[in-house]
Amino acid sequence: MSFFQRLKDSIKQKTEAITGKFVAGLSKTSSAFVSQVSDLFSRRKKIDEDFYEELEEILISADVGVHTVLQLIEDLRKEVRVQRIEEPAKLQPVLSELIMKLMRNEQSLSLKQSDSGLTIYLFVGVNGVGKTTTIGKLAHYLKSQGKSVMMAAGDTFRAGAIEQLEVWGERVGVEVIKQQSGADPAAVMYDAVHAAKNRNVDVLLCDTAGRLQNKSNLMDELNKVFRVIQREVPDAPHEVLLVLDATTGQNALSQAKLFGEKSGVSGLVLTKLDGTAKGGIVIAIRNELKLPVKFVGLGEKMDDLQPFDAEQFVHALFSQMNDEDEVADK
Amino acid sequence: MMAFEGLTSRLQQVFGKLRGKGKLTEDDVNEALREVRLALLEADVNFKVVKQFVAKVKERAIGQEVQKSFTPGMVVIDIVNKELTDLMGGTQSKLVRNNKPPTVIMMVGLQGAGKTTTSGKLAKWLQKQNHRPLLAAGDIYRPAAIKQLQILGEQIKVPVFSLGDQISPIEIARQALQHAKQHGHDYLIIDTAGRLHIDEQLMDELQQVREAVQPDETLLVVDAMTGQDAVNVAESFHQQLALSGVVLTKLDGDTRGGAALSVKAVTDCPIKFAATGEKIDALEPFHPERMASRILGMGDMLSLIEKAQAGIDADKAAEMERKLRKAEFTFDDFLDQMEQMKKLGPLDQILDMLPGMGQMKGMKDMRVNEKQMARTEAIVKSMTKQEKGNPELLNLSRRKRIAAGSGTTLQEVNRFIKQFDDMRKMMKQLMGSSGKPGKGLKNIKNMFGKGMKFPF
Repeated sequence: MSFFQRLKDSIKQKTEAITGKFVAGLSKTSSAFVSQVSDLFSRRKKIDEDFYEELEEILISADVGVHTVLQLIEDLRKEVRVQRIEEPAKLQPVLSELIMKLMRNEQSLSLKQSDSGLTIYLFVGVNGVGKTTTIGKLAHYLKSQGKSVMMAAGDTFRAGAIEQLEVWGERVGVEVIKQQSGADPAAVMYDAVHAAKNRNVDVLLCDTAGRLQNKSNLMDELNKVFRVIQREVPDAPHEVLLVLDATTGQNALSQAKLFGEKSGVSGLVLTKLDGTAKGGIVIAIRNELKLPVKFVGLGEKMDDLQPFDAEQFVHALFSQMNDEDEVADK
Repeated sequence: MMAFEGLTSRLQQVFGKLRGKGKLTEDDVNEALREVRLALLEADVNFKVVKQFVAKVKERAIGQEVQKSFTPGMVVIDIVNKELTDLMGGTQSKLVRNNKPPTVIMMVGLQGAGKTTTSGKLAKWLQKQNHRPLLAAGDIYRPAAIKQLQILGEQIKVPVFSLGDQISPIEIARQALQHAKQHGHDYLIIDTAGRLHIDEQLMDELQQVREAVQPDETLLVVDAMTGQDAVNVAESFHQQLALSGVVLTKLDGDTRGGAALSVKAVTDCPIKFAATGEKIDALEPFHPERMASRILGMGDMLSLIEKAQAGIDADKAAEMERKLRKAEFTFDDFLDQMEQMKKLGPLDQILDMLPGMGQMKGMKDMRVNEKQMARTEAIVKSMTKQEKGNPELLNLSRRKRIAAGSGTTLQEVNRFIKQFDDMRKMMKQLMGSSGKPGKGLKNIKNMFGKGMKFPF
């Protein structure tokens, strides 16, 4: 059974709807990316240096990141030697499998929950990646699973940020704990944790102001927020999610590293994947920092936030190639 | 793993291997260019742009100029830097001004690029030049976007025109223009909702706004951290809206900002502004030549020089240089220098602008924090007038007295005096008065380039 057949079978068991959403959201990503890859594999007759160079460029153009690309190509060269592959066409599934191996998760993908009582998720990231929107969407997602949710308006810096979260609160029907603009975000968190405990809420989602990872004073402020939550609920925050914009390039690695140092990032949310950006930096982050992607944002609607699934991700990424594969088989 | 070394040090490595070889072959140049290519790719410059660029550099590098030079690394960097600056657009580009006010500026871009914040900053910038801008709240989609613009407007005391979020952006723009005309505003800045360049419906809406108000400037707001996709976004926005310029945001991050190059290459639109901080006045005219060195990881020398020029008294600097050359540098001068330094802003920010500061051995000790500076100041201030002018006077008992007077320890005083001596020696060599400069110093000198006379 071919690699793609196996992949397909494993996906069939999952809901068609979600796969559909993935494919739709990623269609621009995959059509551009896949057609390039397919083109390369079918056009080239020989596996030579030019072939590798072109492949390297395609991967780099997907923002996979220079180091990871060089490593992937190196692995591919090894496979070619070991398996004695001569035709480029046969290399295609090998490449897919290599990426799959990188992306597949040993850890559980679902969000960690508290064993007893309140679960707290903290959202961090640079400016404009979509933290507030993601929180709104996640509140909707959790609520639709029957959980009681509360949100903490921890972005007291950006003009209009509290109001933005309040609008989401109304939309989703979730209470927002806030103070006035300019307040100490750690104090907001303290309030919110106590309010959440008092009202027996299942999940508290904590928004924070966007900040660039090289601003040490702002990163220290974030660290304080993190410590306040930790102090109030010993095993919290149960997840610290770094929200990443899919259009971001290599800087995402620096973001993941530095936010990780100050706030113990446990996973990623990749937003704006419905554009033409390839989101390949996720592969680099997974490879270099071992941080798993937990959710992806695939559109502007309330339910356009989906749990990340490596198999679906790669399937969607290579969907067009997959079809061609079948045609070729016939 | 993620140590994005500057191109400078990488090339020095490549050419270091070739020392004593006499002549560079094409292979040597190719190896150097591979490093150039990687540096640009790591900086997120689009790979197609990189390819063209490297080809161009190669043409020049294989020529005579590199082979003849004793420092081929520096020559290659120089070529790369010049070509890059060329590609970035050479000189600074100004905002258009309509003879018949108001000048209409439309801000467009993806979600989260920073359009609303930049609109506010731009209004503040115009206001500082004695203009009377009006902001128009055209983002009716994102929750609280209008509120955000209103708060910004309040902060800087610039009126914000809004019709709420139930009226179409086209109508808002049209009425805002009327309002600007009637109320004597000479600039109208229209904020729009972030959108994907492939969202036909929303892009169509922007075209209609454009037709309704005929903007003099259509500025694409681009996040400096954008990766390879920057070309697709910029190309698409440009095709549909005929951009006139670009604003690069979040440039105060640690990104190298290769997107700037990609955007410039595909649209040929000048980058007019750079947003460099959270504060409302953190918007600066864009300097292409500085961006070139940033992308290459060579620091921002020119900004530093400009900052130094603004902050440092020219006469004093000239006097200082003379003293340094003659090694007459005294503690008084040191104190003076420290005062001047303080005017430049936070020390770490200044050091960050220097190329290769991170890698340089021993420079870590120079990363004194502000607290350390205050202690040093106390030590110097505890010296007598004679001692300050004549460092040789400082014997043990004098040092003990200074330690007591400044609330520090003898060790600290000793350490400082030793550092001061070293510095004096280093400065003397650096300024090229006599003798052979040391190995490390040669590098520093190279990096500073000719004509660069920074007294620290």
